[in-house]
Amino acid sequence: MALLHLHGVSKLFGGLTAVHDLSYTVEAGTIVAMIGPNGAGKSTVFNVITGIYAPTRGTVEFDGQRIDGLKTHQIAARGIARTFQNIRLFAFMSAIDNVMTGEHSRMHAKIWDSLLHTPAQHKEEAEVRERAIALLEFVGLATERENYARNLSYGSQRKLEIARALASEPNLLLLDEPAAGMNPREKEDLIELIRRIRDRGVTIFLIEHDMGLVMNISERITVLDHGEKISEGTPAYVRSDERVIEAYLGKPA
Amino acid sequence: MRGLASLPKTAQIGIWLAVAALLVALPAVDRNGSHFNLLADAGVYVLLALGLNIVVGFAGLLDLGYAAFFAIGSYAYAMLASPQFNLHIPFWPMLLIASLIAATFGLLLGAPTLRLRGDYLAIVTLGFGEIVPQTFLNLNKYTGGPNGISSLDTPSFFGHSFGFSAIPYYYVILALIGIGLWLAYNLRDSRLGRAWMAIREDELAAKHMGINATTTKLAAFAFGASYSGMAGCVFASKLNLVSPDSFQFSVSVLVLAMLVLGGMGNIPGVVVGSLVLYTVNFIFLPQANNIAASLHLHLDFTNYRFFIYGIILVSIMLFKPEGLIPSRQRRAELRAGHNDPALAAQEQAQFTKVGAG
Repeated sequence: MALLHLHGVSKLFGGLTAVHDLSYTVEAGTIVAMIGPNGAGKSTVFNVITGIYAPTRGTVEFDGQRIDGLKTHQIAARGIARTFQNIRLFAFMSAIDNVMTGEHSRMHAKIWDSLLHTPAQHKEEAEVRERAIALLEFVGLATERENYARNLSYGSQRKLEIARALASEPNLLLLDEPAAGMNPREKEDLIELIRRIRDRGVTIFLIEHDMGLVMNISERITVLDHGEKISEGTPAYVRSDERVIEAYLGKPA
Repeated sequence: MRGLASLPKTAQIGIWLAVAALLVALPAVDRNGSHFNLLADAGVYVLLALGLNIVVGFAGLLDLGYAAFFAIGSYAYAMLASPQFNLHIPFWPMLLIASLIAATFGLLLGAPTLRLRGDYLAIVTLGFGEIVPQTFLNLNKYTGGPNGISSLDTPSFFGHSFGFSAIPYYYVILALIGIGLWLAYNLRDSRLGRAWMAIREDELAAKHMGINATTTKLAAFAFGASYSGMAGCVFASKLNLVSPDSFQFSVSVLVLAMLVLGGMGNIPGVVVGSLVLYTVNFIFLPQANNIAASLHLHLDFTNYRFFIYGIILVSIMLFKPEGLIPSRQRRAELRAGHNDPALAAQEQAQFTKVGAG
């Protein structure tokens, strides 16, 4: 079943075409990746999906409903969570507060609940805290609970961003270069973590430069170059596709 | 200085209750009415600072026109409880009405600023802070223009008029501060409070958490304004008159300075900061000449009042930039610039300990 479907999506910035006529489908329960040289338009695709940009042309469907034109927070509430290429944690909030903030769209507390701390608010707050603790344990940050996000190590910050994204119980998780700046050991941890997330029933769509990681975990890979899809298929297929080699290494003389 | 927050919750509540009991019992011990006059006025500023702390400290929205809401709360009482329109709504419901009116204006003035951040937001709020008193000044027909509105109704409590004593106002403001503190703590530790802080830290990431930045910011403006609406109601009724020159830009700056001095975002810090700055600004400096004379110094401070005031503020920013009682994040933020790994490690250890405890 198609969870996410982009149909003929283009995004222009002034005269510059960042994404051109991209049609793309993510099947539920899979791990898929989008790769491509710098400036190929990968992050723009994420920004169109999460509503940072409205597509210039084309439509985005999620779970059978159109989401293009919705606001970012509405799209998040529908079940799409993401991490960022440059980590964007709430730096001066504790790890657990970061994760609890991630649960925002799943919470029901209204303004007066927040103001008066009603019994319903107490109950929900306790549940949210418990789930946040469980998520920190899931990503391996149980001991960092009360530390400020900015005081965590780089690898831990990446993990915390993932925990925060998972807190909204998304159907689709967008990971924007999750392995950037990680050492080989951290990458192995990450691969294992991504698989465990998929096993929770979350579909994963990642953008990544690290070929080892992408080839290792992705079921399908899409290659973007100059905003256009130039190849799509299994890792083995993409690896041997001449157009891909050309895009990365240039035309043979 | 982070003593209070590291104590167990029951101890913290105990301290608050002890302070409250002391303040409630104070008029029985201290018979000097002028003290309570000053304390009640100081209390108005505490309430203002608590409100501004929601906007600036929690949500990170720099508001330089906060006095506008103070003016709106004051004029609400003046117009609805005086011979001006022959309306005499009693003081107690007016507390709520004034804060609701101020909150409404918080929404109205907040709405056009939603897309602005930092410097730009500060300038626009500065503009609102100027517009509101000017409007009251120029709406002669309704507001009495430069003369303002006088002979406001004196509040009464179960038929007993407050009269000319400051003590009833002292108790009213004490109760309002108590409620204000309770609500501020509630808000801080809630879904809404986390949303405010998330917006303060990173608005784009906050939106990706499903936080509606528009409504969340508006809620901050409305709650912040509602505090100053109540403060204005007490201020106006106690002074028995309102006039546009009570709500100058300097009031907005003073309240903001109270936050910065006490420790932005930290509730006890805000209370201490507002009391200290009130004392300096309204008690110490006006009486500096008398104090100097009593120390047998022949100095005339009359013309140096703002000079001394400025020096005090600058010194505090130089020597204790995080405020007298900083919140955890303000400390960390200001220390972040100092590349001192030892200090960082020490702080980290401290935080971990607090977390475990």
